[in-house]
Amino acid sequence: MTLRALMKFRELILAGILIVGVAAIGAYQPVFLEWENISDLLTETSVLFMMALAQMVVILTRGIDLSVAANLALSGMIAALISQYYPETPLVLMIAAGVLVGLLLGLLNGGLIAFLGIPPIVVTLGTLAIYRGMIIIIAGGDQVNASEMGEEFQAFPKLVVFGLTTPVWIAIVVSVLFYVFLNYSRPGRALYAVGGNPVAARYCGIDQRRQELLAYGISGAVSGLCGYLWVARYGVAYSEIANGYELTVIAACVIGGVSIGGGVGTVPGTLLGALFLGIVMTALPVMQISPFWQMAISGAVILGAVVINARAEQRPDKLILPEARRLGRKVPA
Amino acid sequence: MSEPILTLSGVSKSFPGVRALHNVSLTLHPGRVTALIGENGAGKSTVVKILTGIYRPDEGEVRIGGAARHFSSPRDAWAAGIAAIHQETVMFDELSVAENIFMGHMPVGGARMVDWAEMRSRATELLKRIDAPIPAAYPLRRLSVAQKHLVEIARALSHEAQVVIMDEPTAALSANEIDDLFRIVAQLKAEGRAVVFISHKFDEVFRIADDFVCLRDGEKVGDGPISGVTPPQLVRMMVGRPVDQVFPKRDVPIGDVILKVEGLSNATEYADVSFELRKGEILGLYGLIGAGRTEAMQGLFGITPITRGKVVLEGREIAIASPSDAIAAGISYVPEDRQDQGAILSLGIRENITLANLLRHVRGLFLSRASERDETRRLGNRLAIKAANWEQRLGELSGGNQQKVVIAKWLATHPKVIVLDEPTKGIDIGSKAAVHEFIGELAADGLAVILISSELPEVMGLADRVIVMKEGRIVDEFRRGAWSAEGIVGAATGAHREAA
Repeated sequence: MTLRALMKFRELILAGILIVGVAAIGAYQPVFLEWENISDLLTETSVLFMMALAQMVVILTRGIDLSVAANLALSGMIAALISQYYPETPLVLMIAAGVLVGLLLGLLNGGLIAFLGIPPIVVTLGTLAIYRGMIIIIAGGDQVNASEMGEEFQAFPKLVVFGLTTPVWIAIVVSVLFYVFLNYSRPGRALYAVGGNPVAARYCGIDQRRQELLAYGISGAVSGLCGYLWVARYGVAYSEIANGYELTVIAACVIGGVSIGGGVGTVPGTLLGALFLGIVMTALPVMQISPFWQMAISGAVILGAVVINARAEQRPDKLILPEARRLGRKVPA
Repeated sequence: MSEPILTLSGVSKSFPGVRALHNVSLTLHPGRVTALIGENGAGKSTVVKILTGIYRPDEGEVRIGGAARHFSSPRDAWAAGIAAIHQETVMFDELSVAENIFMGHMPVGGARMVDWAEMRSRATELLKRIDAPIPAAYPLRRLSVAQKHLVEIARALSHEAQVVIMDEPTAALSANEIDDLFRIVAQLKAEGRAVVFISHKFDEVFRIADDFVCLRDGEKVGDGPISGVTPPQLVRMMVGRPVDQVFPKRDVPIGDVILKVEGLSNATEYADVSFELRKGEILGLYGLIGAGRTEAMQGLFGITPITRGKVVLEGREIAIASPSDAIAAGISYVPEDRQDQGAILSLGIRENITLANLLRHVRGLFLSRASERDETRRLGNRLAIKAANWEQRLGELSGGNQQKVVIAKWLATHPKVIVLDEPTKGIDIGSKAAVHEFIGELAADGLAVILISSELPEVMGLADRVIVMKEGRIVDEFRRGAWSAEGIVGAATGAHREAA
């Protein structure tokens, strides 16, 4: 089978590599395969699952959102401050506040990109710095510690329901919502169209600006939700939280087969990409590989994925010869 | 007459399925301007591409100063003293005027470094020679189209070009700018260079040219001094053939008026476009390239904003502010470049076909796959789209099938009025016949069709009525049975005034 034919089953292959990899790590360090470790791994990766899906939606429109980690940190800080200063607020409202702040920050990105026509990389690079700076301003340069946050606020992400922690359940629900949205709704389809061919989408009556606003809004809202989960789980909020995490998120998308050129990407692929990175990041310490090597290995994995993607996106050869059409591929020389 | 600078003798060129040129000869003399005349697709650009080394002729030869020359690249043509100035200038926007003039042959000093001072002073000198007040250090992007043409002419002079080809140089120029250009053409003549001038505008041709060569369907159908012909004679030469038998016109009962457009205008592209369209009618929209036909129809479809005008569909006035308004009202527009402007290669056939009309497939909150599949199967079979299955990615299909998918997408919107922009451009003769038959079918189904086409035989073969646009306005209207090819082309080129 040619490499290109294999690409059609990209997600299956990625899943296969994961299974083989996990089995190999398990053979070397059986502790890795224990349920407790797997449960930890999923909890640890749950934020990455959601953030990668949201980033995928942005990349589908030929955009990029570099401000997601800064957004996460700022939304998380606001949720933490509410918990500190208004501890009587119901938990659900605190989470909603995080999501709402994230949504607004995302819409700000979307508005600048859609209505002022500034390139996404420039806008989100700028807002990344602004959002990080705002954390210092609103928190007066301080951090919010575990002792200052409410108990319930911190307990929720550690709750175990039917064997899985709440962040994992939330990631599952969010994934299902993304799947349905992208595959069975008009705006979801329109996102693929805008990224696949903006001119053709316009002729079909799709408003690119509205789609961009939607994509960055989704990206922001998910960042806000993850901001709460992150701060509550690790019990600390400060300006440097998740520093550089946007690159991990983008890497998960790329490994999962999302095309940086826009218009291509699936929910299962992106989830696998995130899981892959999650395993690499948790397995390498288990295998006692030095943190310096961990970064180099993650980088090599990302590059490998990009090379494979680039190969997959090459235009297939046209099948003009009747014998080639019959075979469905190149005629042997 | 003096020795010719360049002769083209017996040149033929074919592409798969198309004969672009057949046995064409051409002689250029120093100090004379030769107009190259012909309809769209007559072979003018192919001649230019052979002269500039982009294509190699299958047969025949190019002789320069008496010696046969074989160009294997555009560079060879430059070296042989042939320079072309294209309709849309191909230059480097971010670089300076001087760099654009000397791109590819910059003066170098010691250590093979670019000699900037030398380059600037030579550029300034060249620009002065053609009286172009443009600073050599200016970035090109800050120049107007007319000024860019001047830079291109300076570039040609920098090569000491003996033959200067101008391919519709006046298309984007104002009247004053055209005067300036003609002054420079006169100067090039005076310097003993040969100029090839391609234009659709007869007044310009008769003003500037000394000789003419007329092409039709890839063959030379006439040449000689321009003083020996009149505009009507030239139009007859261009059109030449009896066209009415080429396409079998289907007789379709024509119904009531369905669309009425009144005074459609845009600030820069078209003005006062008014017409009526009936059910089952095919309305041809003819004109030269750049006459504003596409732009006016894009206004009707909501792609570009209109500044004035009224659109009445089935007796009700409708406001069209975006393509989605037009689609909802029942107007479809199949763009000229169906692959670039219509196909989404990364999506499947089903997703492409239902994209312009997804609302029809919403059941409750969600899209219904079953409903989408039904529509795809129906249209896929009707248009005979060849694919492994209806989910196949568009990027994996052949170009012809991609085009069919795009047409299927517009039929899926269940339009009442469909605008087809150059529906047979760039496709071979066999597919053309299929498209023509299909257009006839659409009309027979009761659709009202607006056919934008630059091919006269196509328009005259299919349309019930033709309106002609020139420079953004409708200049004439012709009915089947009461029209002539000369009349239509005359209206489009502006030659009919001389003819009258």
